[in-house]
Amino acid sequence: MPSLKDLKNRIGSVKNTRKITKAMQMVAAAKLRRAQEAAEAARPYADRMSAVMAGLTAGSRGSESAPRLLAGTGSDQKHLLVVLTSERGLAGGFNSTIVKLARQHLDRLRAEGKQAEILTVGKKGREQLKRDYADRFVHHVDLSEIKRIGYDNALSIADEVLDRFDAGDFDVATLFYNRFESVISQVPTALQVIPAVAPEGEVGGAAAQYDYEPGEEAILNDLLPRSVATQIFAALLENAASEQGARMTAMDNATRNAGDMIDRLTTEYNRSRQAAITKELIEIISGAEAL
Amino acid sequence: MADTMQFDLVSPERSLVSVPVREVRMPGTEGDLTIMPGHAACMVNLRPGMVTLVDAQGNATEFAVTGGFAEVNNESVSLLAERGHARADLTQDIYNEMLRDAHRKRKVAEQKVGTAGEEFVVAAVKALADMQAMGTHIGLDPNQANFPD
Repeated sequence: MPSLKDLKNRIGSVKNTRKITKAMQMVAAAKLRRAQEAAEAARPYADRMSAVMAGLTAGSRGSESAPRLLAGTGSDQKHLLVVLTSERGLAGGFNSTIVKLARQHLDRLRAEGKQAEILTVGKKGREQLKRDYADRFVHHVDLSEIKRIGYDNALSIADEVLDRFDAGDFDVATLFYNRFESVISQVPTALQVIPAVAPEGEVGGAAAQYDYEPGEEAILNDLLPRSVATQIFAALLENAASEQGARMTAMDNATRNAGDMIDRLTTEYNRSRQAAITKELIEIISGAEAL
Repeated sequence: MADTMQFDLVSPERSLVSVPVREVRMPGTEGDLTIMPGHAACMVNLRPGMVTLVDAQGNATEFAVTGGFAEVNNESVSLLAERGHARADLTQDIYNEMLRDAHRKRKVAEQKVGTAGEEFVVAAVKALADMQAMGTHIGLDPNQANFPD
């Protein structure tokens, strides 16, 4: 049975924890708004890019001279998994869900007898994957110093991936990240970026009527690497919004749990106090009676 | 035929400009071109340079872009650029940064000449030269920046 002093200390410490989780929730809410705005602002570029790509790829797919980024290397034995996670924890299941999806993917590839390598972005995913797959890490991108994700960050990751592709290190690259659906729902997503898959949507006849300057091939060669960078950028932004959303929900729960705990401890504290008073009274009364 | 068309300049991070214009002049890789309303639909690759917008009153505004591409159709022009700055906002510092990027790209290209091929380097060198020409054109010094190796 804890003493009254112990209970009081305990209540004090839980109250402090609640203050911290509450503050983290507020911070996450503010950051979430900013992250959502950033994701919103980046949409026009990504939308146009995928519309143009849809038109272009529809034309060149299947032609013999299609660039390797589009047509692939003709094999799918070697895979690269780009796992995008956060730099900080305390975000509920945010990182675990991404890692779980990547793990399933890895195990499936292994069962099929294919090679897989991992490129991690963000230290949390790296820590989780290190236990089982440390030998497959090829590169790690550290974003811990970066406060606001910019296109430059995406570009450097894209360069890293494209360099490896050019060197023939892999045939297929897949991004793993959390797609932001709402504050309470983030969907772990696997997105294949190399070779490019045809974006969904209208591959309208209108796209085919464009004049290309310089040629269609030249534009396609120029656009494909850019499209990879754009997709990575979009994934990073989605991830940033998801991280804050997940953290907000997790911290909201933690705050509520702390509140429940304080209530419970306070009840216990009051009971103990009552018991102590009753005990003292009995002692006094029985002392008086004995006289 | 309409007098104006919709012009959008978007960067990966946000949409920079969205205005109706009468005329757009831009630096294509194969040469400069002017787009007016009713232009045939086309897709153009851009080199680093200045994009000029002329609105319905005939006022011109200039933007510096670091390459990208433009999608033109009958009543709108969408320009997708990795970086874009209004002429008025383009300071020597920003220009230096753009130049440093171009220099770095050329270095990287030279290292990769074996795998990526000659054209890759040529393109990077050309982009750098275009960038320098643009600086001279608007009165910024292309030699002021420091270029780390």
